[in-house]
Amino acid sequence: MAHSADHTHHIVHEDGHHDLEELRKFGFWLFLITDCILFSVLFATFAVLKNSTAGGPGPKDIIEMPGVIAETFILLTSSFTSGLAVLAMNNGSRKGLIGWLAVTILLGACFIGLEASEFLKLVSEGHTIRTSAFLSGFFTLVGTHGLHVSVGFFWILALILQLSRHGITPVTVRKVQITSLYWHFLDAVWIFVFSIVYLMGVI
Amino acid sequence: MLDKLINFASWFFVTGDPLIYGADVAIVVTVIAIVFALTYFKKWGWLWREWLTTVDHKRVGIMYIVSALLMLFRGGFDALMLRTQLSFPDMKFLSPEHYNQVFTTHGVIMILFMAMPLMFGLFNIAVPLQIGARDVAFPFLNALSFWLFFFGAMLFNMSFVIGGSADAGWLSYPPLSEMTGSPGVGEDFYIWGVQISGIGSLMTGINFIATIVKMRAPGMSWSRMPMFTWSVLASCIAIIAAFPVLTVTLALLFVDRYLGAHIFTMDGGGNAMMYVNLIWMWGHPEVYIVVLPAFGVYSEVVATFSKKRLFGYASMVFAMMAISVVSYYTWLHHFFTMGSGANVNTFFAISTMIISIPTGVKIFNWLFTMYRGRLSFPTPMLWTIAFIPCFVIGGMTGVMLSVAPADFQFHNSYFLIAHFHQVLIGGAVFGYFAGLFYWWPKIFGFKLNETIGKWAFWVWNIGFYVCFMPQYVVGLDGMTRRISTYGWDKGWWGLNFASTVGGFLMGIGFLFLVWQIAHSIKFMEMDTTGDPWGGRTLEWSIPSPAPLYNFATTPIVTDRDEWWEEKQRMAAGKAEKKRQELSPIHMPKNSAIPFLQAICWFTAGFGLVFHWLWIAIPGFLGVAATLLAHSFNYDTDYYISVDEIKRREAAARRTV
Amino acid sequence: MKFLSIVRRFAAFPMLAAITLVAAGCKSMIVFDPKGPVGSQQRDLIYFTVGLCLIVTVPVLLLMVWILWRFREKRSSEAPYQPEWSHSTKLEIIWWGVPVVLILVLAVVTGRYTHELDPAKPLRSDVRPVTVQVASLDWKWLFQYPDQGIATVNYLVIPEKTPIRFELTSDGPMNSFWVPQLGGMVYTMSGMATTLHLQADEPGSYMGTGANFTGREFAKMAFTTEAVKRADFDKWVADAKASGNALTEDSYRQLARPGTSGQLTFASISPGLFHKIVHEYSMSRGAPAGIGRKAITLSGGLATEHTEGGQLAPDSEPSVHAGHHGHMIHGSDSAQDQRK
Repeated sequence: MAHSADHTHHIVHEDGHHDLEELRKFGFWLFLITDCILFSVLFATFAVLKNSTAGGPGPKDIIEMPGVIAETFILLTSSFTSGLAVLAMNNGSRKGLIGWLAVTILLGACFIGLEASEFLKLVSEGHTIRTSAFLSGFFTLVGTHGLHVSVGFFWILALILQLSRHGITPVTVRKVQITSLYWHFLDAVWIFVFSIVYLMGVI
Repeated sequence: MLDKLINFASWFFVTGDPLIYGADVAIVVTVIAIVFALTYFKKWGWLWREWLTTVDHKRVGIMYIVSALLMLFRGGFDALMLRTQLSFPDMKFLSPEHYNQVFTTHGVIMILFMAMPLMFGLFNIAVPLQIGARDVAFPFLNALSFWLFFFGAMLFNMSFVIGGSADAGWLSYPPLSEMTGSPGVGEDFYIWGVQISGIGSLMTGINFIATIVKMRAPGMSWSRMPMFTWSVLASCIAIIAAFPVLTVTLALLFVDRYLGAHIFTMDGGGNAMMYVNLIWMWGHPEVYIVVLPAFGVYSEVVATFSKKRLFGYASMVFAMMAISVVSYYTWLHHFFTMGSGANVNTFFAISTMIISIPTGVKIFNWLFTMYRGRLSFPTPMLWTIAFIPCFVIGGMTGVMLSVAPADFQFHNSYFLIAHFHQVLIGGAVFGYFAGLFYWWPKIFGFKLNETIGKWAFWVWNIGFYVCFMPQYVVGLDGMTRRISTYGWDKGWWGLNFASTVGGFLMGIGFLFLVWQIAHSIKFMEMDTTGDPWGGRTLEWSIPSPAPLYNFATTPIVTDRDEWWEEKQRMAAGKAEKKRQELSPIHMPKNSAIPFLQAICWFTAGFGLVFHWLWIAIPGFLGVAATLLAHSFNYDTDYYISVDEIKRREAAARRTV
Repeated sequence: MKFLSIVRRFAAFPMLAAITLVAAGCKSMIVFDPKGPVGSQQRDLIYFTVGLCLIVTVPVLLLMVWILWRFREKRSSEAPYQPEWSHSTKLEIIWWGVPVVLILVLAVVTGRYTHELDPAKPLRSDVRPVTVQVASLDWKWLFQYPDQGIATVNYLVIPEKTPIRFELTSDGPMNSFWVPQLGGMVYTMSGMATTLHLQADEPGSYMGTGANFTGREFAKMAFTTEAVKRADFDKWVADAKASGNALTEDSYRQLARPGTSGQLTFASISPGLFHKIVHEYSMSRGAPAGIGRKAITLSGGLATEHTEGGQLAPDSEPSVHAGHHGHMIHGSDSAQDQRK
């Protein structure tokens, strides 16, 4: 009796059931709410610890704006290309979709690379997570965002493989939509990181 | 080499206490017995196919309930050890270290590994059936939630015999819980046990919101939704708002402990009070998370056994949502004594008092549901009725505690202990028991023995008052919580002894409960009607136990108490609802991934507890691998054919 | 209904037990037997709250008993049965309204008292306050009298009818300073000083205790508070000053090490010690976090684990034997350390 799952969607509709893929998107929005709260708590922690430098370096001593601006530019561009990927998908172009997704995660990889080198430089200068509460807050907040981007990288990579195998189906469409939502969300979080951690740090 | 091994073993395993050795033996014997039984009866395949890989919400619910009852046993045993230690002044039953571990474990287990899973068990059993759905929104995720809870709980419980338990209190305030105050592995077991199961809870919250919002049967508008489902929605909203805070807080504490960060430490500019704020931003909503679904159970039970509609539906819903939202703004009342200043304390005192208004309103609505009803008193109803005076007294002491300047005299004393046990046991646990007895026939298809159940109820309740009423008094007499011993000079002996007697009565009540279940399994009295209580909501319209697909045809809802009204219509001969045509039912396939992924989380957590990256990293890689395996798997569902549905419905003695 | 008769017999038991216990307990409940203005006001506030709550709770409980009795199912019940009756705007307004009014009253009273009884607010009195600087240590209380230049451990002596200004801090985990008969508690937290004002109206010996869990010997963190006549206080100070033991930074460091202690008296205190505790001393003295545990592996055996930070240093004889009665007992529980 086990039909192949590819027919799922017609039958689900005929059944008068909920639309499975819509349901999954709704679930993902709920997840984003929780992720939003997670970041809010990290931002709050950072705000509390911001001035507790314990004799160590303050924001002005460690932030190098050119690198950060480059990171910002790269991530904003990747958000744009992930939008282009969804457009390509809506036009039914599998090639365009995969291409733009690839560009998106390449940019994401560059972002991670820059952030990692920023962190490594700080550590090599002796400014580690153990130096002060300020740096603990800094590394956990920025690091958690970086971790999210890294997860997104592998997620979209996995999705590209699935797209090349299955093409554009209702399931993959939903997956693309969700990852793109996730990517935009990380972009929005970065704008807060950029303003609160970096901009307000150097001003 | 042998020396090293012995050294390692004596450090790795908890040693030096006959109680622990006894437990070690018991654990080994139990494990051997289980393995032997499974092998002898050739049940490994059955275990794997029917349970470990299931995604069926009813089975997941049963697994939650069984685990919760086991944890209730362990947490209760801990409680009795604590009470034994306190039964006489200068008692030498437990050393201070051991006492500290036991009360920490008792708290963590009872809230996180007993109350939460028992509650999730009831969510799983009742919600999809109440709203006429075939399963929860995300069955795979649901199974994953369960296994994360289960392995989180196992990780935490393991500290009992390996490495040593956490001993800094159930909320692990730093700096005591930092590396300097607690250099052992206990705190890390706490962090990872709670963290892993907490992620599971968060996903359950998401799952049930999606289920309730999107999967109600046609015709079930918001205003026709059963009250238990409303309470689950209110609880889950609080879950998704509160649990991310817990995730972050525990992660930050671990970063402090493992990487030497200074987030909550006192040196390096850290701020320990921030932890206290954060943990209660989760912790306070948490107590409402566990009590709201119990409110839902009471609403169902009161209406059913009064044979009357629930009174004040709209105000019940409003009250519950209000509690769910306001509970997020009261956390500071757990530390008025921190010296936050009069204005801050006033704000949180008043926000706390405000919660008592909707809660009080609910009590009135339950009372007036019974008013002009026809009351019968089987066990679910007994627990519900016992809840009312218990919660009224507990609520009153809660209001007393909320008055900030008076709280300076109650805080951290046994008055507080008595208060929160009264609202958590009398509020939440009584509700879960009521729910468990109420839905038991629906879950298992047979009824529980009422006579033994009533014995359990009375012994437990008498024990409850004997245990906790003296604690109010001894608290006002200056006895503070978490002290492992006290002197004769304090004059606290009589009350403490009474409290211990009460505690043991509750223990006997628990044994009655076990006896009741065992007895009922032996003399199984089947529920052939599917509706043993004269129920009002949809779950009673299907056979007991519910078939795999729940509803052969999707019900169409026209009323608030749909099944009650349907029965009225049938009795009046006016049931004109057309039978819907059967069509193939779309079902999710079983999956081993939730189970395997939770094992990987467990491995990763265990590695991090001991700071052994060679275990932790493979664990995390396993998590990633199982995530990818699930993502690449497109064969996740199947259909049950019409013939198969007909066969199953006939077997359940219901013709289609 | 054989069952109901059992119920009735059993129901009487907890009620009786509860009443006996409460009656027995009330005599000694020290929160209700305050000996100072702060404690008295807090007791009055508690009475007021209880009274206000009883306005709702007593009728609710009576109503419940009546409803359960009146509407129980029996063969020939004359009680009305209205299975569809589920709404009454009038009733709902009453039971939303009454609690709202009561909580409003309580909120106003609470707001007023929260400001009135703000622990940081000095008490109204013509007598010059005495300052006591309190530090909770692992696991003992250190009380310094900066104006008198003396210090004690695990016991307090205060003059009666005199406001006492307590400055509270902690050199270790957060604790809470509580003398129930004088008034409510306030947390002691490292890295900061909180303030609490209390006063004893009559001489007596009052129980004091730590109220926030701080680890192994937390149960031993009790102290006595002797309120004495002014002249006796002055005499006690003079005696203390003559006792000859100094609280230097060195002896403080010994004192602060984890362990319990008897009652101690110090004739002098190192200047500014309290502020040093607040600002300099803190829980983590640069202890290497976490990584230390790596030392214990199969290949490494039991390594340097419990020497970190000086907190769990290997057993060493306590070297402070100051004070006129009692002496220090250092916690040196090697069995426990080894497990970690």
